[in-house]
Amino acid sequence: MSDKPTTGATRRGFLAGSTALVASAAAARAQTADPLITEVQDWASGWGAGVDETPYGLPIRFESDVIRRNVSWLTADPISSINFTPIHALDGTITPAGCAFERHHSGAIELSKQDYRLMINGLVDQELVFTYADLERFPRVTRTFFLECAANTGMEWAGAQLNGAQYTHGMIHNMEYTGITLRTLLDEAGIKPEGKWLYVEGADASSNGRSIPMEKALDDCMIAFKANGEALRMEHGYPVRLVVPGWEGNLWVKWLRRIEVTDAPVESREETSKYTDTMEDGTSRKFTWVMDAKSIVTAPSPQMPITHGHGPLVITGLAWSGRGPITGVDVSLDGGKNWKPARLAAPGQPMALTRFYLDHNWQGEEMLLQSRATDSTGYVQPTKAALRAVRGENSVYHNNCIQTWWVKPNGEAENVEVS
Amino acid sequence: TPALAEKLGLGRPALPEEVAAWNHDVRPDGVGLPVGSGDAIDGEEIFAEKCASCHGDFAEGIGNWPKLAGGMGTLNRKDPLKTVGSYWPHVSTLWDYVNRSMPFGNAQTLAPDEVYAITAYILYSNDLIEDDYVLSNENLAEFKLPNADGFFLDNRAETEYAQFSAPACMENCKDDVKITMHATVLDVTPGDPTDGSAAPAGASGEGGTAAPAAEP
Repeated sequence: MSDKPTTGATRRGFLAGSTALVASAAAARAQTADPLITEVQDWASGWGAGVDETPYGLPIRFESDVIRRNVSWLTADPISSINFTPIHALDGTITPAGCAFERHHSGAIELSKQDYRLMINGLVDQELVFTYADLERFPRVTRTFFLECAANTGMEWAGAQLNGAQYTHGMIHNMEYTGITLRTLLDEAGIKPEGKWLYVEGADASSNGRSIPMEKALDDCMIAFKANGEALRMEHGYPVRLVVPGWEGNLWVKWLRRIEVTDAPVESREETSKYTDTMEDGTSRKFTWVMDAKSIVTAPSPQMPITHGHGPLVITGLAWSGRGPITGVDVSLDGGKNWKPARLAAPGQPMALTRFYLDHNWQGEEMLLQSRATDSTGYVQPTKAALRAVRGENSVYHNNCIQTWWVKPNGEAENVEVS
Repeated sequence: TPALAEKLGLGRPALPEEVAAWNHDVRPDGVGLPVGSGDAIDGEEIFAEKCASCHGDFAEGIGNWPKLAGGMGTLNRKDPLKTVGSYWPHVSTLWDYVNRSMPFGNAQTLAPDEVYAITAYILYSNDLIEDDYVLSNENLAEFKLPNADGFFLDNRAETEYAQFSAPACMENCKDDVKITMHATVLDVTPGDPTDGSAAPAGASGEGGTAAPAAEP
């Protein structure tokens, strides 16, 4: 327990004596003077850390639970696998890169800027090779987007399975990217009229090759080399990755090494065997690129029980859509019988995470907490039952259903499904 | 149009041998296949040496590693088994992926004839060819897999967007709400939040108590 702050009630303490704690919280009146105030503390007397101690810092040790987590049974090995962003503990919209989820197919590779090469070949006027230094000389743009794995929430298709927003919804991050538009780079090579598709692949052994229609490539895709102000992390594609706003994360090829202009899709492994969505009758959708409108209450949630007793409670969460800005989020406390509009922390940005809040006066009542996002197209996030009615339970990917948390009188929360 | 944009003169022309070294993708129509051939008799030996430790002697998969054969006719069942034989649409994808990304941990070490032979062995393991059928750059694109017609383009715009864009109900939206399923009943969430290594009994492989994992 040495890494726990010494102030505040522990969860165990709250659960054991919630009545007394609630009563004192309601009274909000100290019986005895607080020694944290009346006694001079070490930090108010001695020295803190010097400026030469931490050239590049990590979070304070009290935040050691705000980390990526993996679920070992999900995949055969940790090399082609996934981990999860601790969205339950974050706020705002920008994901700290150090705990932003990873998904690799042959591990996170180490590729220096010196060794980096980007090739454009195929149906172009001039096949080209760029060094990293070349890329930094193109006109630059900076834009913020979410990246959501196509499989986010995929384990929940057949029922409530993993108990926490990190696990059910944490294959996502949201960063401010700096780089160049893909259009700028393609202009340099010159696309031939018959060039209708791109095939993009990474430098890693898996290659993660995917086909992208030219219309999307020329619209808003980016070649990014900075995220949240600094170079990409190794695990996020250092030194260069593709940014494909609003589309499934698999297309955001990391360690990008080659762009081939073609007249047809390649139908690679990652768009046939994987990232195709099987319907109830056994046929499958392919090229399901867009991530539809979705939201999640991050707190309270199974990893974020209410520990402060009755009274003011901040209900908060995230909403996003691959089809445009979020225009509204509704929150239900009773499993979808009744809804209230939540407050957006800032106006929705296209294809980026949006933070919402609903301030509630909780009196210990059971809640079935849900959130429901609406985007600029008028699309309203569906229930899982509505999605299953169209798709069945075997589509693996693209589960953007409304999530329910059952908040119990003791403040704990559980992942449930409701009628 | 892009062709009219002003160029900055950055980068340099790619040399033919550089493009050849990286441009390996193979399309369903066979574009990209190098000259070569192989049959399942040769493929069995190579597969045993380089693939079977994970994928099994008969491509049936070991433990949680991918099954490459079997599962015919299961796609409309509760837990479909998706393999090359039961699910994949194109042999080209098999050739391309094996050539570029397998064996796992030692990719790009197979010669073209080895890839043809391994591809043939996987087809043979799916009961799709006889063991002496010679697969080559000449006939690979003509070979039709069972699920070749099993895919259709994303149709959410037609089947979902209108239905999910109706004005949302705000009050008295349903009479009754009951909890129908609990995550804690399955109890497969990692208990120790720092490592997530506590595998639930039966969660890996087939027939476990946990709902099947979606490979991310």
